[in-house]
Amino acid sequence: MSPKTLYDKIWDAHVVQQDEDGTSLLYIDRHLVHEVTSPQAFEGLRMAGRTVRSPERTIAVPDHNVPTTPGRENPDQMPEESRIQVAALDTNAKEFGVNYYPVTDVRQGIVHIVGPEQGWTLPGMTVVCGDSHTATHGAFGALAHGIGTSEVEHVLATQTLIQSKSKNMKVEITGKLNPGVTAKDITLAVIGETGTAGGTGYVIEYCGEAIRSLSMEGRMTVCNMAIEGGARAGLIAPDETTFAYVMGRPHAPKGAQWEAAMAWWKTLYSDDDAHWDKVVTIRGEDIAPVVTWGTSPEDVLPITDVVPAPESFAGGKVDAAKRALDYMGLTPGQKLSEIEINTVFIGSCTNGRIEDLRAAAEILKGKKVKDGVRAMIVPGSGLVRAQAEEEGLAEIFTEAGFEWRLAGCSMCLAMNPDQLAPGDRCAATSNRNFEGRQGRGGRTHLMSPAMAAAAAVTGHLTDVREMM
Amino acid sequence: MEKFEKVSGIAAPMPLVNIDTDMIIPKQYLKTIKRSGLGVHAFAEMRYDDQGNEIPDFVLNKPAYRESQIIVAGDNFGCGSSREHAPWALADFGIKVVISTSFADIFFNNCFKNGMLPIVMPQDVVDVLMEDAEKGANARMEVDLEAQTVTTSDGEVFPFEVDAFRKHCLLEGLDDIGLTLAKAPAIDSFESQMEQARPWV
Repeated sequence: MSPKTLYDKIWDAHVVQQDEDGTSLLYIDRHLVHEVTSPQAFEGLRMAGRTVRSPERTIAVPDHNVPTTPGRENPDQMPEESRIQVAALDTNAKEFGVNYYPVTDVRQGIVHIVGPEQGWTLPGMTVVCGDSHTATHGAFGALAHGIGTSEVEHVLATQTLIQSKSKNMKVEITGKLNPGVTAKDITLAVIGETGTAGGTGYVIEYCGEAIRSLSMEGRMTVCNMAIEGGARAGLIAPDETTFAYVMGRPHAPKGAQWEAAMAWWKTLYSDDDAHWDKVVTIRGEDIAPVVTWGTSPEDVLPITDVVPAPESFAGGKVDAAKRALDYMGLTPGQKLSEIEINTVFIGSCTNGRIEDLRAAAEILKGKKVKDGVRAMIVPGSGLVRAQAEEEGLAEIFTEAGFEWRLAGCSMCLAMNPDQLAPGDRCAATSNRNFEGRQGRGGRTHLMSPAMAAAAAVTGHLTDVREMM
Repeated sequence: MEKFEKVSGIAAPMPLVNIDTDMIIPKQYLKTIKRSGLGVHAFAEMRYDDQGNEIPDFVLNKPAYRESQIIVAGDNFGCGSSREHAPWALADFGIKVVISTSFADIFFNNCFKNGMLPIVMPQDVVDVLMEDAEKGANARMEVDLEAQTVTTSDGEVFPFEVDAFRKHCLLEGLDDIGLTLAKAPAIDSFESQMEQARPWV
């Protein structure tokens, strides 16, 4: 048998049918659904008199629109359009009989945090969602990617997707990380190296000692942003860390089924002599705590660096960098660590898990948010929130002057009331620094939770290593 | 879905690289439960000022480009979110073809589901097409899907590649779901094999 990558193995296990030109019908094991990209899909089913083929494999949760402030069970807290969208998910989930976690359920949260937490996401699965950050689930060695609403409808109706296979790309992070360097710095550093289109046409497998040493939370952070590098999906081969995380979760297999699953999961790795179409290697020791300076996630530099000059780029990037600096209100040569911020957002499917909150609390313990800075922490799920309260983290946050919110996507994309005003500058642990992403005219700098916490204390972008 | 035939129309030049889906359709317009009516919001934050007035410099606001059916764009068009609202907005505006050196994967897929054709061309060809698009309303570009060619207003012809299955679906206006449902027996048999092989799924 010819050697295979992990991606090849998962792909092969899910091909229902393949045409001569390679177009394949791929079986989908888990379909996650949220309120923004699904109403038109359910409506399409209804119009055509179709049903959901496998409601038991379908999991719905409202996350994008929901307020993160107390009293949100009352839908009147939402503007009319948001209310209609959340109500539509409620109706659709009940009418079509899919698994559902409404805001009144403590398990509600960001769809990409709820899936793994509840054990819906398992190694070797195919996982899709009408959301680009579905890449997150790749951390389990599951083939997971975002789809559009037409494809959501297709999966609802057929439990399959029409797909062409991507190419294989290996991203190896060798060695150990230095203190203050986290999974977020790895994933941003990779995008800084490859660019936002560097992964287009590929599925990335992250490997190497630095990746192996990460917790599941860290691995999810890395895979989450595979999409920002243009890749269809990111993968990390499952290992003991993965199995330990999965075991005992509500929807994980048990007993004899667990044993059977483990037997297969242990075969899920790339063979030694597998073929890679592209390989990127980065030394873990070379990665510093990074921040973004522009309006694309590829605009990444170590915090010790300065704002670059547009002329230092080539091609279309020169004009794009000029536009970005203009939008961001920055001048070439300015020290990144001197950029003042007035907002801090810690949360999102990238960095809204317990480990992220622990890292922020580590920095914030006994410190105060700088005067004039608005800082909020939005846990990724109700269960993350509960755990942070149990561990005493919530108290550290509120004492430091952070707002302690309920779970949701919140200011990552500002579809709910959590938004930046024009000119606001935010240290954010989310995944996109696009123009207007966190609110029209808002300026976003992406970084790790520890770096965002440090910025909250000093009021400017800060090298977290100085506070450790 | 409407059949995609030849498009002969005005091409709008948008040379900016990394035009993301947040630019194509900002989040405040995702709170709809319909597919239609988004064209007026396409590129909203580049197209309108805070008061909702048109920004005259924005290409699609210029008299020559208001009826554009083609966009010639910088690298990595459609990066970011999976929101199909992006192609919905473009299609509703009247765009039928987008040409670039590269597209983000999900946006690329989404276009085909909405009767739109994304075309990948090498940089030197995109440069020629961009220049042609700069000529404005008197310059009509032609895109022929059957022949897989783009013809500039000067008559220069460039061939392009397109996936055979997707081409067929666009030309015939086929509905993917209908096609897949016809394969239900294959899905049934896959599922029964799966119950043996991976019963925990």
